Amino acid sequence: MRDIIVIGAGVTGCAIARELARYDWNVTVLERASDVCEGTSKANSGIVHAGYDARPGTLKAKLNVAGNAMMEQLSKELDFPFRRNGSLVLCFAKEDRPALEKLYARGIENGVKKLRILEQEELRALEPNISDHVVAALYAPTAGIVCPFGLTIALAENAAVNGVEFRLNTKVREIVRTENGYRVITDQGDFESRIVINAAGVYADRFHNMVSRNKIQITPRKGEYCLMDKKVGDYVHSTLFQLPTAHGKGVLVTPTVHGNLLVGPTAVAVEDAEETKTTAEGLSDLLTRAALSVRNLPAKQIITSFAGLRATEAGGDFRIGPVEDAPGFFDAAGIESPGLTCAPAIGKYVVDQILAYLPAALKTDFVAERKGIPNMALADAKERQELIRRNPLYANVVCRCELVTEGEIVDAIHRPLGATTLDGVKRRTRAGMGRCQAGFCSPKTVEILARELGLDPAQITKNDPGSTLLTGAVKDGIED
Amino acid sequence: MKKDLVIIGGGPAGLAAGIAAKQAGIDDLLILERDGRLGGILNQCIHNGFGLHTFHEELTGPEYAGRYIEKAKELGIAYRLNTMVIDLGMDADGRTKLVTAMNREEGLFTIEAGAVILAMGCRERSRGALNIPGYRPAGIYSAGTAQCYVNMEGRMPGKEVVILGSGDIGLIMARRMTLEGAKVKLVAELMPYSGGLKRNIVQCLDDFGIPLKLSHTVVDIKGKKRVEAVTVAQVDEHLKPIPGTEEEIVCDTLLLSCGLIPENELSGALGVAMNPVTNGPLVNESLETDHAGVFACGNVLHVHDLVDYVSGEATEAGERAAAFLRGELSQTDKETLVKAGAGVRYTVPSRIAVDRMKATQVVRFRVGNVYRDAAVEVWFGDKRVNSRKKKVLAPGEMEQIILKKADLEAAGDLSEITISINEQA
Amino acid sequence: MEKREFVCIGCPLGCAISVDLDGEQIRAITGNTCPRGADYVTKEIRDPRRIVTSLVRVAQGELPVVSVKTAGDIPKGKIRECIRVLKKIEVQAPVQMGDVVAADICGTGVDVIATRSVEKE
Repeated sequence: MRDIIVIGAGVTGCAIARELARYDWNVTVLERASDVCEGTSKANSGIVHAGYDARPGTLKAKLNVAGNAMMEQLSKELDFPFRRNGSLVLCFAKEDRPALEKLYARGIENGVKKLRILEQEELRALEPNISDHVVAALYAPTAGIVCPFGLTIALAENAAVNGVEFRLNTKVREIVRTENGYRVITDQGDFESRIVINAAGVYADRFHNMVSRNKIQITPRKGEYCLMDKKVGDYVHSTLFQLPTAHGKGVLVTPTVHGNLLVGPTAVAVEDAEETKTTAEGLSDLLTRAALSVRNLPAKQIITSFAGLRATEAGGDFRIGPVEDAPGFFDAAGIESPGLTCAPAIGKYVVDQILAYLPAALKTDFVAERKGIPNMALADAKERQELIRRNPLYANVVCRCELVTEGEIVDAIHRPLGATTLDGVKRRTRAGMGRCQAGFCSPKTVEILARELGLDPAQITKNDPGSTLLTGAVKDGIED
Repeated sequence: MKKDLVIIGGGPAGLAAGIAAKQAGIDDLLILERDGRLGGILNQCIHNGFGLHTFHEELTGPEYAGRYIEKAKELGIAYRLNTMVIDLGMDADGRTKLVTAMNREEGLFTIEAGAVILAMGCRERSRGALNIPGYRPAGIYSAGTAQCYVNMEGRMPGKEVVILGSGDIGLIMARRMTLEGAKVKLVAELMPYSGGLKRNIVQCLDDFGIPLKLSHTVVDIKGKKRVEAVTVAQVDEHLKPIPGTEEEIVCDTLLLSCGLIPENELSGALGVAMNPVTNGPLVNESLETDHAGVFACGNVLHVHDLVDYVSGEATEAGERAAAFLRGELSQTDKETLVKAGAGVRYTVPSRIAVDRMKATQVVRFRVGNVYRDAAVEVWFGDKRVNSRKKKVLAPGEMEQIILKKADLEAAGDLSEITISINEQA
Repeated sequence: MEKREFVCIGCPLGCAISVDLDGEQIRAITGNTCPRGADYVTKEIRDPRRIVTSLVRVAQGELPVVSVKTAGDIPKGKIRECIRVLKKIEVQAPVQMGDVVAADICGTGVDVIATRSVEKE
């Protein structure tokens, strides 16, 4: 019998798990994918929002400001990339000015600090590549950018080190009420637990509805993105949003914390909670709309495009907390934007509620600090020398575009909750994230994965089981 | 560490440049190669067809590379393997080049070099850069990545294959995959013509009954884990897919052979002036970039179709670097621009100093379209000095003209030379 | 009378050449720009030949396979058979470039040779 089961190892589930790990509960996280951060958390804008967007009084508003405030300290504690680059909401017409001012007022009400409206001159000094059509902007210096994988993996690793069990490749089929809690039936066996926390992203409605008569519905909304080369990573410095108008919510143009330029997302409701495909119309629409924000959008520098799904709940706010007619069942559902920003605050918020239901003592041996994988690309000459002295594999470059070495890849594989797939290595080290998109490094990475995991290269997958990279040996298909 | 000459890259360009420099008397030179063996991409190009111009015989890639590797070893040229150059800069003196590299044995080190030859080669255009919509499952490879898996590791990246792009690598891989037991269902080409050699279309596709669809592209990729199918559609004259022409092809693999991009990250680090058309450095008659003593050759300069031309160009770069180190490459401001005129996409070199010119100078270029019975014209300023009729000119075939030093001298103070295509000739 | 179509590979022009065949007899060749076109199609009809390049497994080598080629061209119709023979072969490292991997492949009188050296692991 476990104390707590968390369903879902996205950023929300991992943030909750990490907070749970502070207490002497017995916790297991169930994740259907082969790695953490495989759903909504892997394909989003990577923005740490300032907090002026959400309606005052909502959970979104409260947790956004709180999450934003926690991010810097957390990034130091858990060693993941985060930078406060500031954000601008661009206003393109004089008649929209009241809407901009309304947004400012809402930000103030939500408790966002340092908000200002910038006029032409100051705006252009800050962002020289901004479009000529911009008349003013709401500036939020507290907004930032974060690596969504870095954040999620750091939370998960730290939870794991502090005793949380992660069961990957484990798909929940059914949840049944029992005398003492719940039986979670999965394709890998049954798990009994006093408490279940539902952090299942686009599937959260399915699990909620298994235990409650008050049904909820999550609509997956697809967002497509284009990522551009680091050559144009400083095309803008702040995150540029567009002021929502009658024509739509607009798309953002932002540097990423790793120095690429990102544009996106579109917003299309889809029926299939797996429909992470990009479309010609989506990508073209995206580029057209992004071109409103900056002059000469460097669309030729696109290195990849991707799509993610956001879990939108009908009520418009996050649904976090105990489910009334299901004692011991807690939702963390409807976590769409600004969910990434809120994750650390959601973790705390959920754990406070759990404590009220099942009191526990703080562990004395909790380790809050986590050190990430060494980063040769960012290290200075002296640090590089030192790393290579410690382990010569740090001198063997595998991914030339992002300067990732064999040492870093081996580290990524052997960490707690280490990488077992090509994407796992990519998200932990950035090998394959660069401009050649893994053309050169993937054969080498597959070889290293196979060697370190004691597998045949043909067993290595891109991500989940079935995403096989190699189909056999040469001439297997030649009849004898 | 100090070196007269450092060559970045030990592929066909770096090897030929090194051999030429050594034979021109430069003993203190070092080739830095990032891979575990010399020869570069030729190691995985196990098909035949290399060396017809250089050796007058048909060799495979490893054999062609082998000739140069043997020669380099015979000459005692120093090289380091598994060594990645991570930075290229200029010393405060404005002359010494600083090459920072690392490998397992020596760690991180910086070489002070008198001259540098850039020979880093190129990479393939990726799916992302092509903006192909659809899912992102396993089974999408650039043709070169597939070539590495098959020819170096003996592993198959798939069983049922669609190839996008009919450049030579795409065509060659269609045959290689077929001979190793895969079923190649289609080669689709966006353009109305193939970028590959006729010989490869016949011997890699026709011989095996593999269909080639021109003016077609991939508009969707299906499959969440592994590729399950791709949708191919015809494109109009603006290269936009024509609705209603979509055809779904069941396959587990999509190979992309849609162009090569010179790998000039290091040139960028040094601040070398680049040609936006080739994505390679702008060079003068000596294959020298705008940084004195920094030369470029091979696919890092512009993408070649034949390795024989790479070797020739690299030999020239090696000789010129040697001349530079001997102080024989005089500095001059008097340069004639070589311009790409109508129908010509680019030229290499893009400027010529007449006093540094040899008796003849090869100017290589590519055309932007397929032309039949058009003339290649050479203009000195506004005076046409040469016109040569060609039965066919195609973007996939690198062209060249030869300029004579005597002609340039006779023309006096020439500010620019233009090479253009005249369709009405 | 049979008509067969060819694309000449002699030069970038890539002439589309038509050949009228009467059994084995070539009656007419049209579409070629130069005599090389006629020579090419005649050879393609009478005795098409190809150099075959492929791989052979290596035991205890630094690489699991070694690249090979037919030392000369072989009849086009024998390509598949040649590949089937190569499938069954495994050589022992070290292999030297030029080593004969399969002598007289498929009775063609042509050897299959290694096109690279593979050291012992």
